[in-house]
Amino acid sequence: MRVFYHFGKYYLFIKRAFGKPEKFSIYIDRIFEEINILGIGSLGIVAIISVFMGAVITIQSAFNFESPLIPLYAVGVAVRDSMILEFSPAIVSLILAGKVGSSIASEIGTMRVTEQIDALEIMGINSAGYLVFPKIIASLLFNPILVVFSMFLGILGGYLFGLMAGVVTDYEYIYGITYEFRPYNVMYALIKSAVFAFIIASVPAFHGYYTSGGALEVGRSSTKGVVYSSVLILAFDLILTQLLLS
Amino acid sequence: MIQVNNISKSFTGRSILKDINFTFETGKTNIIIGESGSGKTTLLKCMVGLNEIDSGEILYDGRSFFDLDFKGKKAIRKEIGMLFQGGALFDSKTVEENVVFPLSMFTDMSVEEKRDRANFCLQRVNLNNANNLYPSELSGGMKKRVAIARAIAVQPKYLFCDEPNSGLDPKTSIVIDSLIKEITEEYNITTIVITHDMNSVIEIGDNIMFIYKGEKWWEGNKHEILKTTNKEICDFVYATEFMKDLKEKFQ
Repeated sequence: MRVFYHFGKYYLFIKRAFGKPEKFSIYIDRIFEEINILGIGSLGIVAIISVFMGAVITIQSAFNFESPLIPLYAVGVAVRDSMILEFSPAIVSLILAGKVGSSIASEIGTMRVTEQIDALEIMGINSAGYLVFPKIIASLLFNPILVVFSMFLGILGGYLFGLMAGVVTDYEYIYGITYEFRPYNVMYALIKSAVFAFIIASVPAFHGYYTSGGALEVGRSSTKGVVYSSVLILAFDLILTQLLLS
Repeated sequence: MIQVNNISKSFTGRSILKDINFTFETGKTNIIIGESGSGKTTLLKCMVGLNEIDSGEILYDGRSFFDLDFKGKKAIRKEIGMLFQGGALFDSKTVEENVVFPLSMFTDMSVEEKRDRANFCLQRVNLNNANNLYPSELSGGMKKRVAIARAIAVQPKYLFCDEPNSGLDPKTSIVIDSLIKEITEEYNITTIVITHDMNSVIEIGDNIMFIYKGEKWWEGNKHEILKTTNKEICDFVYATEFMKDLKEKFQ
């Protein structure tokens, strides 16, 4: 029964967060601030992880496709599909749930225990709307960009490391990544990334918002936010894959 | 003027406030005193709407807060300034941005007008050359002064102060007390102060309510509180050796 209680509480929280803004121009500014903090600030980690993952997938695929019956361009196909279908939307979102989610939960949790949220409420400001709505919108707008960026860098990383390691040729890799390319796969990845973006921003914010106590509880909320958002990302990954690809 | 009529509040079956009645007068510093855990902060949170009440009513110049719809409550909240115990300044904003914040949310002032108003409020609390500092760079007394400046920026009709002197040295406490008193009289605000500090009570208390175990135990003014023979108040007021000595000296 506790699950229904928390789900209801989360629903009411999201409803409040999407309430009418006090001043729209301030919310627009806040969205750009959050894009800078949550989105631009994540470019570095996404770039590093994507390049290395692309490289590792290339080398592993080449190692496993040793049979003369499998053409070498299959390495390019494997890297492309791994990056587009799963790595960029799901694994990058899991990494962001850790990086961005903990930051959101601890920021809002600290604001709660230091009475900054109470101060907003007393001023007559919808604190959930002011704090959480811009984070969700920023995440929804920028996560798909991060995912496309990750796809591009992953495939590029696979290409560069594949050539350097001598496991694939220039022609075969490029032939492989264009072989029977389905644009729908990118659409599928973007749909997943939008759903995951909502989870990454809203679930840790929910845990941070309802923090009570002190520094210890802020840490607990941060951990809960990351764990629950990661589990939800995996669950929705499965559900969306079944719905969109079956 | 704020009237509190028959307010009761309990948490998980434990009664915190029992049938509290009091009138907080305009242009005066109304003080709520009592031991830790007596229900002072709960009463304050009920008054500003952060906690729901179980029964009773709170009237802001005749407007019953809990009977109002969302818009009505929001309108009253825009007339409230609050000074929190820890200041509750926004960490990510500078001193000036903290003071400008409520103006940006609720007025259509230009950037220049907002800056002028913020500078005026900061000067009013004797805080110069701190506009670009962040709360983490301020001392406890400076934080309280910024919080007062932020509270008065939108010219509130009601000012709530939750233990404004906690964590401050005696000299800074006097500065904060004087500021609260001056601002209350200057802008004709209804000010409610929660405190444990007897110096504040004697210094600025126009009307005083003593809460004991969730009940209104006594009310009066700063002259009457020193003469009362009520045991619970005497235990509270003359808890320190200094106050006991003072009492003996005057007797």
